[in-house]
Amino acid sequence: MIHVEDLRKSFTLHNQGAAVIPVIEGAGFVLAPGECVALTGESGAGKSTVMRILYGNYLAQGGSVWIGEVDITQAEPRDILQLRREVLGYVSQFLRVVPRVPTLDVVSEPLLNVGWGEADAQARARELLERLRIPERLWSLSPTTFSGGEQQRVNIARGFAHFYPALLLDEPTASLDATNRETVLTLIEEAKAEGAAIVGIFHDQEARARVADREVDVSTFAPVAA
Amino acid sequence: MTPLLAVRDLNKTYGRHVGCADVSFTLWPGEVLGIVGESGSGKSTLLNCLAGHLPPDTGEVVFDTRADGPRDVLRMSEPERRMLGRTDWAFVHQNPRDGLRMRVSAGGNVGERLMAVGARHYGEIRDQALDWLDRVEIAGTRIDDRPAAFSGGMQQRLQIARNLVTGPRLIFMDEPTGGLDVSVQARLLDLLRGLVRQMGLSAIVVTHDLAVVRLLADRLMVMKDGHVIETGLTDQVLDDPQAPYTQLLVSSVLQV
Amino acid sequence: MTDQAYNFAYLDEQTKRMIRRAILKGVAVPGYQVPFASREMPMPYGWGTGGVQVTSACLTPDDTLKVIDQGADDTTNAVSIRKFFEKTAEVDVTEKTAEATVIQTRHRIPETPLTDDQILVYQVPIPEPLRFLEPSEVETRKMHSLEEYGLMYVKLYEDISRHGEIATAYAYPVKVQDRYVMDPSPIPKFDNPKLESAALQLFGAGREQRIYAIPPHTKVVSLDFEDHPFDPSKAPHACALCGAEGSYLDEVITDDQGGRMFVCSDTDYCASRRAAGHVGAMTSIEGATRMLRSASPDQTEPAQ
Repeated sequence: MIHVEDLRKSFTLHNQGAAVIPVIEGAGFVLAPGECVALTGESGAGKSTVMRILYGNYLAQGGSVWIGEVDITQAEPRDILQLRREVLGYVSQFLRVVPRVPTLDVVSEPLLNVGWGEADAQARARELLERLRIPERLWSLSPTTFSGGEQQRVNIARGFAHFYPALLLDEPTASLDATNRETVLTLIEEAKAEGAAIVGIFHDQEARARVADREVDVSTFAPVAA
Repeated sequence: MTPLLAVRDLNKTYGRHVGCADVSFTLWPGEVLGIVGESGSGKSTLLNCLAGHLPPDTGEVVFDTRADGPRDVLRMSEPERRMLGRTDWAFVHQNPRDGLRMRVSAGGNVGERLMAVGARHYGEIRDQALDWLDRVEIAGTRIDDRPAAFSGGMQQRLQIARNLVTGPRLIFMDEPTGGLDVSVQARLLDLLRGLVRQMGLSAIVVTHDLAVVRLLADRLMVMKDGHVIETGLTDQVLDDPQAPYTQLLVSSVLQV
Repeated sequence: MTDQAYNFAYLDEQTKRMIRRAILKGVAVPGYQVPFASREMPMPYGWGTGGVQVTSACLTPDDTLKVIDQGADDTTNAVSIRKFFEKTAEVDVTEKTAEATVIQTRHRIPETPLTDDQILVYQVPIPEPLRFLEPSEVETRKMHSLEEYGLMYVKLYEDISRHGEIATAYAYPVKVQDRYVMDPSPIPKFDNPKLESAALQLFGAGREQRIYAIPPHTKVVSLDFEDHPFDPSKAPHACALCGAEGSYLDEVITDDQGGRMFVCSDTDYCASRRAAGHVGAMTSIEGATRMLRSASPDQTEPAQ
């Protein structure tokens, strides 16, 4: 489902003397449907960079990232957008939403984008918000005013509303209490059981051990200093 | 699938000054394209050339018309182009005063495009106007008030209703949230996102506000000195900008 | 200075030819506003300078001229324009609609149906029906040329939304021969059906420098909505002098006690009806007594 091959990434900082910072060299790994891979490596090794390239958020300088039938490093923007709507999900550490939009709408939006009816989408959103213990009185409010943990859970509800065959999770259990962490891990397990290929970054070792089938150490992709 | 709009080699100069140069891009149905750049970068010139308000020197603007398929808008007769401007196209001005009739009631403003395409039943026109006021969150009781009595945000929403009532497929927006309070901007953006999704609209949004395009646009075009210097997915261009100027632009935004 | 110091009908022949060319173009394109080089006339703008120039270009020595202002032959404007042409053209003048060959009018169409050997000349203050909503002349001309008349309906829409009905009572817009939307000058909408006429109708706007025309038997349709059809209504009364029920009426205030009466605005029409023996509430003794009683409740007898 996810096939990464010989990936290269460097940043060119044009406004700082055109400094070129190589970050990743020759990254490669493969995921079958229903598999979960955890990216490991110390802070700064490039875990988030790999995730962002997988999502099409960062451009790669070389190599390929196949998500199903699409090489996201070569795809046209509109193909990437379609991929993100239907196939490729991403739960980042931070919630980025239009201010003043009610939580319920934030969570149901991905479903509306793939053609769900308003009522069905809202029902699914309610179910997830309930499972993630967001109090119902908050559903009509914008999540921008929520606590960090609440925002993170809204983000997860949004990420899991639609079933994505390929899912990227960046620290999904960070800043969650034990009960909610359990719920999130269950959601991940359910997605796996349904056949989702999941790439995750988990600092939480216990969580990693529970949901990840394999680990990929990103530091092995670090460029050799010239 | 046919692109809704295909622009090829658009050029516009003002004497020796370059308005926009060699602009080519394709817009697909349902897509929102953001055009960003500083004042004077040529983004408004480009928008006006696309929307038929300004004749470019060279180039093609091919629109997929409902009746006859893809046609070069620049080579259409003026009546055809004006008809397009009232039916399949919409233009939202930065200043609502430029896009509204300030001496005509809200209902009359919304109904004008309907009457322009032949609606002759007062009751039906009024029903549609009420429906649209509701969709842009203006109370129906305000239907007979003039826009001068509205707040800036309401005027902008009224302008949007007036433009969308004939169910256009392409909407041009010039700094749609410019001049509005931040909280009003957010509401307008949410409204626009909802309408774009519900109606399957395509949009071209010109703005210098990167936060606006991040929330509204699928794709970005960065302009400088009349040239397109970078294009790509909105989040990719903003998070991993490649061109020196784009890097400068993105890094210049104040973080809140 | 003698009267012979003037060319026939005041204007020089070159100017009249220029105006006639504009008139011919107007006739050829019914409802289209033809620009013309309007001359300074010996009267202020707003007093019929456009109409006078059109009349001047149409008059021949054999013509009989009638001039009305709001239907009346005897008001200042009508009298002075009539005198003007008596002096400069020495044409016969009349107050009888049927005897006139050229009728210059301000704000009315005579009640007596016109015939194909008559010309009706209108004085027009603002010829552009779209003007009040679209200030740009460039834009209104484009709208006419492209037949974009949605805006005209916006005006009617505004009327209904504000008053519950189309409240435009005069200068009610019409579409001529299915093409141009035209301002019929500030005639009451009651007169609109009479715009479909056997006579040639010419419109002159002096200050705005426009001439337009409705040739005989041209189709003229008053704009309206399907659910708010055009209604050429008038005050629901009969003329107090001649008893006419189907003529356009002026309201005349008779005292400061609320007394009023309605009389025909077309003075010639009213006078000929009375000459033929028709009477109204005011001209019959019983009716007049009743009216005055009701108007002045503290008086028991009619004033001497």
